[in-house]
Amino acid sequence: MGDIVLQILNGLDKGSAYALIALGLTLIFGTLGVVNFAHGALFMLGAFVTVTISKLLSFQSVTLSETETTAWGSPLEIREPVLQAWFGDFGLWMIDYTVLVSVIVAIPVMFIIGVVMERGLIKHFYSRPHAEQILVTFGLAIVLQEIVRTFYGANSISQSAPEALRGMMDFGVVLGFEPGMVPYPTWRFVYFFFSLAIIGGVFAFLQFTTFGMVVRAGMADRETVGLLGINIDKRFTFMFGLAATVAGLAGVMYTPILSPNYHLGMDFLVLSFIVVVVGGMGSLPGAVAAGFLLGILQSFASMNEVKEIIPGIDQIVIYLVAVIILLTRPRGLMGRAGVMED
Amino acid sequence: MFGSKFSDRTTLTLFIIVVALVPLLAAPLGAGYPALMQFFAIFGIFAIGFNILFGLTGYLSFGHAAFLGMGSYSAVWMFKLLSMNVIPALILSVLIAGVFALVIGFISLRRSGIYFSILTLAFAQMSYKLAYSVLTPITNGETGLQLALDDPRILDGARESGQLPSPTLFGLDMNATNNITLFGLDVQLNVGYFFSAAFLVLAFWIAMRIFRSPFGLMLKAVKTNQNRLNYTGVNTRPYTLAAFVISGMYAGLAGGLLACMDPLAGAERMVWTASGEVVLMTILGGAGTLLGPVIGASVIKFAEAKLSKFNEVIVHGWFDFLPEGLANGLTWVVAKFVGDGWHLTLGLVFMLVVTFLPGGLVEGARRIGNFLGRRGQKDDLEQLGSNVQGGKTTAAE
Repeated sequence: MGDIVLQILNGLDKGSAYALIALGLTLIFGTLGVVNFAHGALFMLGAFVTVTISKLLSFQSVTLSETETTAWGSPLEIREPVLQAWFGDFGLWMIDYTVLVSVIVAIPVMFIIGVVMERGLIKHFYSRPHAEQILVTFGLAIVLQEIVRTFYGANSISQSAPEALRGMMDFGVVLGFEPGMVPYPTWRFVYFFFSLAIIGGVFAFLQFTTFGMVVRAGMADRETVGLLGINIDKRFTFMFGLAATVAGLAGVMYTPILSPNYHLGMDFLVLSFIVVVVGGMGSLPGAVAAGFLLGILQSFASMNEVKEIIPGIDQIVIYLVAVIILLTRPRGLMGRAGVMED
Repeated sequence: MFGSKFSDRTTLTLFIIVVALVPLLAAPLGAGYPALMQFFAIFGIFAIGFNILFGLTGYLSFGHAAFLGMGSYSAVWMFKLLSMNVIPALILSVLIAGVFALVIGFISLRRSGIYFSILTLAFAQMSYKLAYSVLTPITNGETGLQLALDDPRILDGARESGQLPSPTLFGLDMNATNNITLFGLDVQLNVGYFFSAAFLVLAFWIAMRIFRSPFGLMLKAVKTNQNRLNYTGVNTRPYTLAAFVISGMYAGLAGGLLACMDPLAGAERMVWTASGEVVLMTILGGAGTLLGPVIGASVIKFAEAKLSKFNEVIVHGWFDFLPEGLANGLTWVVAKFVGDGWHLTLGLVFMLVVTFLPGGLVEGARRIGNFLGRRGQKDDLEQLGSNVQGGKTTAAE
């Protein structure tokens, strides 16, 4: 029983990342009708916002000590983060909570990147076939990935979670198991609840604000909304920025779990697309549900008991599920009729 | 019909001449070494095959590298078990790739559009992941499948020397190279290149026959309007499936040839970005055109070989005539686009091509030709119109 709970928990953090990326993909697809292969790259950019911020925050000043010397007789170098010198304990706290600082920075940065991307490139591809949209965004993904590589190198750059959230927590106790049965890294919990908050926020925004209402109306019938004198293009651009922000934040918060490298985006892109297709193209709840579902399924498949029965299943389970779903339920789990069926 | 001024026979003849002269033509560009020329031919075959599916029917497959990988594995297994002769190896490569293409195509072609792309992607990723994990006894996992001294090779006689054998065509070593000097150039005549080039010509000829056949027209009809075909009572699935299998077999042949040139096979040939590469080649050259894919494949392989070799020192050499500060600045910028960063150039060029020249380089050449050549004449203007339309159908899906 403890094992099963543990596997579900293990699936949740990956599932959260899938769900967040898939949510953004679906938002873009539902509003603008564009298949965005560069969405994984946005996730990766978010992760590298954290890397950048962490480099900036931990910038150290070097002073030569007047009293102490090293073994070679030269004055000892004292390295001290500039932030500590400026703000004292608050500076240290900021360095510890780099990820949170990055979240705050990433929101405007990713939003602007998204808007620039939409206005600069995607806008010109609305009326062109989906194949060309896929190709041009695939090219863009390569470009973004390579730019990141030239500046940050090809190796993974590990990031750490804040000290207080770094350890393991004993989740089993909450559910009434023996202590020590279900150990789970605290940060993954944080990630899960963070993603729930973001998903909830996006849904609430679409459901309960006038802006969201207009966007939903535009998703259903773009022309009519335009005829009512509403500048729907502007709102859709905003939604693209929002989707980019969601993907970016997913990347920022994911850095302590998986050290970011430049091809992170491509790795996640394929899976997120499969999540979108399984959930149903154009369905927001479908994307979220499928994200968590596939994440949990993947972690179950990597249990040793399962691997003994079907060897190699952990590697391919997601793709297998995608094939089966596409063949039996062509519209995915919650897909709307008439979306991309031609 | 495809904007070519030449008849098919002339095109084919010219194609053969150019392919035969590649060792001479590539030498002044510094591309005349065997490994690169072999890549031109082999990836040309791969791209021609991909174009039969994507260019004609508009089905965008993101999983063709899987067939390439399977072809390589089959060929190496044939080398290990049967003989170092390349003929049985290539036959098995094509057959295995064809069988897998039949199965995967049968399932994937039940859906179209992006769903088809995702399905092929899923199958390719499954092959890739399995090749790395469970199928290790067949694929030798991360190390890659290689020849070994104690392989049975039942048809070949025992070898006395402790060296690994290399693939041969009835005794003709694939790696044999004749160096001759022609017009002051060092020209390398490599057996492997001419062997692959023969297959390239064959592949080109078959593709040409397909393009001109009723079958090819049917495929083009699928691309233009599949609904209309269905409403007229035509079952399109056998046609698209046939195209899928043919292009899969082309990929298998290319994979087999890769193994013939260098007898080892690894799973990284099957990863989905490798499938993306053949898409890039086809689009860059011109999807739906006969010559485009070969041109695209050669350009990309050439750029890969050349650009990735440059480094900051070389780049700085180009700007030596400029003032120091300016030269350093330019070097810093340009160096980002060469060496390891050549993918950046590739991505940018690809984006520009998709955005401004959906018909690829062939379309670009045609536009320039029309612009320079015979403006003002009425029938030529009409032809220009039909060419532009040709470009649009190329663009559509």
